[in-house]
Amino acid sequence: MTSHSPLWEVFVRARRGLSHTHVGSLHAPDAELALRNARDLYTRRQEGVSIWVVPAGAITASSPDEKDSFFDPAADKVYRHPTFYEVPDGVAHL
Amino acid sequence: MYGNDFSAPNGAPDDASGGLLGEVEAAEAELRAAAARGRCVGPAPDEDLAAYFTEVVDAEQKIEPRDWMPDAYRRTLIRQIAQHAHSEIIGMQPEGNWISRAPSLKRKAILLAKVQDEAGHGLYLYAAAETLGISRDELVQLLLDGRQKYSSIFNYPTLSWADVGAIGWLVDGAAIVNQVPLCRCSYGPYARAMIRVCKEESFHQRQGYEILHTLAHGTPAQQAMAQDAVDRWWYPSLAMFGPPDGDSTHSAQSMAWKIKRFSNDDLRQRFVDMCVQQAGILGLRIPDEDLRWNDERQAYDYTQPDYDELMQVISGNGPCNRERMAHRRAAHADGNWVREAAAAYAAKRAGQKETVAA
Repeated sequence: MTSHSPLWEVFVRARRGLSHTHVGSLHAPDAELALRNARDLYTRRQEGVSIWVVPAGAITASSPDEKDSFFDPAADKVYRHPTFYEVPDGVAHL
Repeated sequence: MYGNDFSAPNGAPDDASGGLLGEVEAAEAELRAAAARGRCVGPAPDEDLAAYFTEVVDAEQKIEPRDWMPDAYRRTLIRQIAQHAHSEIIGMQPEGNWISRAPSLKRKAILLAKVQDEAGHGLYLYAAAETLGISRDELVQLLLDGRQKYSSIFNYPTLSWADVGAIGWLVDGAAIVNQVPLCRCSYGPYARAMIRVCKEESFHQRQGYEILHTLAHGTPAQQAMAQDAVDRWWYPSLAMFGPPDGDSTHSAQSMAWKIKRFSNDDLRQRFVDMCVQQAGILGLRIPDEDLRWNDERQAYDYTQPDYDELMQVISGNGPCNRERMAHRRAAHADGNWVREAAAAYAAKRAGQKETVAA
């Protein structure tokens, strides 16, 4: 099956206004069948209004095991958050 | 839309399954809350991976596919999730047996939807197992070769239409009691698959309850048929929780890893306590002379299922083991031309695209 049927990751938009969310994966020989299988598998109860299928092999992921954390550069920039700044008393609309 | 396909019979214990559904929702909320707590972004530079794994599990956070995990944790999960998936796939057979003979078009449509759900549950679970690094081909082969088991309950025959009701009420009921705690499993993909499965199972349990309720309030022959089904399915359903705690081989480690949350006996007791009241409303008798309320324990005393029989069925000697496996192997072989045709078509289309691109 894997030999003829690659793995696809499935993303579903639950309602208008929401982004597509990863819901799981499935096997299908091509994109068209992957979409149909995703409809049958992940939206049997009207869970979505739009589906994306992506070949799992096309996804490049960061590794959570990297000891020197990949996300470290973001850790020391607290000034990127509005809570970093002191606002004088009485200032409105800020 | 699950659970809304029909209204519960008057006076049915709505809160029994509602309570379990509530727990599924609580588990889902907890999953989001744990994620929101942040922390555990990655191991500290000098931190041991095993210590970090334990820290994540103890903090009630989820282990995700690419995280480091102990080999035994990975193996345990693959075995458990795969056997769970196989059970869903084999579990289509006992009920599929009645699709062509359902007593009305409505019942047939509902049963078809239910059996399709079981296939879906199998696929969610296979996908979760694959995140641990085993391929779908291997998983399917493990089942076909009989090297991995499925739940022993599906080796019992469905002799009458009432059995479809008894399976929904008792077998799916026991499955829900077993599975709701799995929504809190430490392995993220399994926990998420179980939340989805449990929400759908509550429709299954209610449709079974409704079938039995209708029969139990029908003609004397229908009542007798409903009672006969409950008589035959009660003890095999109790056996679904596995051997008694003293004999359970995998429990302690699975508890420490937060794969398992309650012992077999605790879950079995919980199931019995739920069923007594539900049986009362059905007007059906639970086939246990020694079933009675124990005020001291605040729980029902009950007769244990025959664990020797359970072991026999697990070893392949149940009433339908050979039939179920023969059917699965034949279905897999019969579907081969479809897989090959779809693959050939996909290859042809891919070839055409390349030609156009060139």
